[in-house]
Amino acid sequence: MQHKGIHKKDAYWLGFIALLTMLPMVPAVTANSFHMHVVILILLFASMSQAWNIIGGYCGQVSFGHSVFFGIGAYGAGMAVVTYGGMPWPGILIGVVLAAVVAVVISYPCFKLSGHYFAIATFAIVEIFHRTFLVWDWVGGALGLDYPLVKEGLTNLMWYDTKTGYYYCALVLFLLIFGTVRWLEGHRFGYYMRAVREGQETAESLGVNSTVVKLAAIALSAALTALCGAFFAQYNLRVDTPMVMSLDMSMKFVLITVLGGSGTLVGPLLGAAVLIPLQEYTRAFWGGMGGGVDLIIFGLLIILMVVKQPAGMIGIFYAVRKRILKRNIAAKGESADGAP
Amino acid sequence: METFVQVLIDGMLNGMVYALVAAGLCLIWGVMDVINFAHGEYLMVAMYVSYWLGFLLKVDPLLSVVAAGVFIFILGAVTYQLIIRYTIGRPGLVALLATFGLAVFLKNLCMNWFSPNFLILSDTWLGDKTLQLGNIIFPVPQLVAALLALVVIGLIYAMINTTRFGWAIQATALDRDAAELMGINTERIYLVIFGIGGACVGIAGGIMPSYLAVHPEVGSMFGLIAFVCVAMGGFGSIPGAFLAGLLVGSVEALAGFYIAPVFKYIAVFGLYLTVVFLRPKGIFGW
Repeated sequence: MQHKGIHKKDAYWLGFIALLTMLPMVPAVTANSFHMHVVILILLFASMSQAWNIIGGYCGQVSFGHSVFFGIGAYGAGMAVVTYGGMPWPGILIGVVLAAVVAVVISYPCFKLSGHYFAIATFAIVEIFHRTFLVWDWVGGALGLDYPLVKEGLTNLMWYDTKTGYYYCALVLFLLIFGTVRWLEGHRFGYYMRAVREGQETAESLGVNSTVVKLAAIALSAALTALCGAFFAQYNLRVDTPMVMSLDMSMKFVLITVLGGSGTLVGPLLGAAVLIPLQEYTRAFWGGMGGGVDLIIFGLLIILMVVKQPAGMIGIFYAVRKRILKRNIAAKGESADGAP
Repeated sequence: METFVQVLIDGMLNGMVYALVAAGLCLIWGVMDVINFAHGEYLMVAMYVSYWLGFLLKVDPLLSVVAAGVFIFILGAVTYQLIIRYTIGRPGLVALLATFGLAVFLKNLCMNWFSPNFLILSDTWLGDKTLQLGNIIFPVPQLVAALLALVVIGLIYAMINTTRFGWAIQATALDRDAAELMGINTERIYLVIFGIGGACVGIAGGIMPSYLAVHPEVGSMFGLIAFVCVAMGGFGSIPGAFLAGLLVGSVEALAGFYIAPVFKYIAVFGLYLTVVFLRPKGIFGW
């Protein structure tokens, strides 16, 4: 499709990103590094979930295996710095490519499974990777990888004094992934993905090779997820299996996207913008009260949100907009009636 | 050879308990097409019920089984009323995520109340007793748990296939709307099925404190293994889940003994992948 000028929807996005770019210049935000931390995490988790959204939302294959790709990316960066004592960049590149290859290899047989069989197969794959990495000494085993102190800056992708550097990295990641998905939405391939989601047989009867579409979608999704994993490793300065390659991490991809609105461009951002502050602030306020009060509240809120608003927060947004439009039309109608 | 038989028997005894946990999940999955992610946490709650009855009132786990079963039946029915009821007819992911929230809630509630420490019940009737037949040693607690599992699975299977209520369950599973037209109260069937599914795992969890320590994380692995058993057996097939439970238990024990303990779950999940790659709908699925 050819657009002349900028799409109205994109104009809003560009404005939003311009605001984000200026955010570190607001002293109130940068003064408290915890707020900065929350904003960085929102950007990171929104990007991760958007990467999941490619295969899970647009292509309709609900994978609980994304922590495998995330972990591969994190280990790529971590091993380049810790094990080989170099810059993270070559490791990131290898991680991204490896994640895409692993995704294609393990997904090819899995895509033959349907519904819950597919979901449980992805659980099984996460557990296999998790347990293998835990006992694999070459990747750090159960001890994990702890980053050494090296010179800060973009070459080492590490900052200590302020979080501004990390913030801009997260923003670039966010731009890259949201941009990719925005581009896909209007591209032929995006239509193929949605056709496969809506009905694989119908799509195939129209000449869409559903296997190729699904494999390409998971490869792209896995590569972008691995990139997020690498950033996560650089940000935490530590990689260990339970943190990056566990079922809990896998669930986060799905939860954020579904809570926001799966298969939509804004969904992952909405989900992350609600869930991540919730997680971080409940942890900060109640985490010290002893044993899991933050997670008790978190669990309850997940139940409440999923049950009450299964279309995701985007559903609330549409409902509100519909009501406003209706009211506007009603108001116009009245004024038209009142006119002589 | 003797070692092999011994390891295999230990695995099968464990496997029967897996089968009981899986049977509960299997009923819920087969009738309602819902994956209950909090199934492992039900098991953990049942173990705590049995543990505290034993610790505070000196009731043996062998008797607490009934209390734990009833307790989780009620917990299941309440879960259905408050959560699952609203997810029926929506994409399968909705119920899965809602029960994931429930799992996080239950796990951390127990962590908060009972601390993350391992709690072990001592001086139970079954205790550390063993039974020796020839050269094979049967640990009595596991043996009793396995027999109990066998009886409960048998009862449920008989109920589904021979009673009017069981036929109503089958009709609801096949076609909810048609069953409703035949005068079956499907809402009540769902409620009871969630309760019975819970009771299965409640009974399994009730007996376990005789040989296993209780802690908030104990349920997660059992829950995952139950998913694997149900899917490996085939959609909603109780004999399938039973067979898969035995298979998983044996593979777990053999891999743990002959390869390395860390590889036992890798072997179990590898087995699942192998089975579904060969038969995409499980052993008894169609």
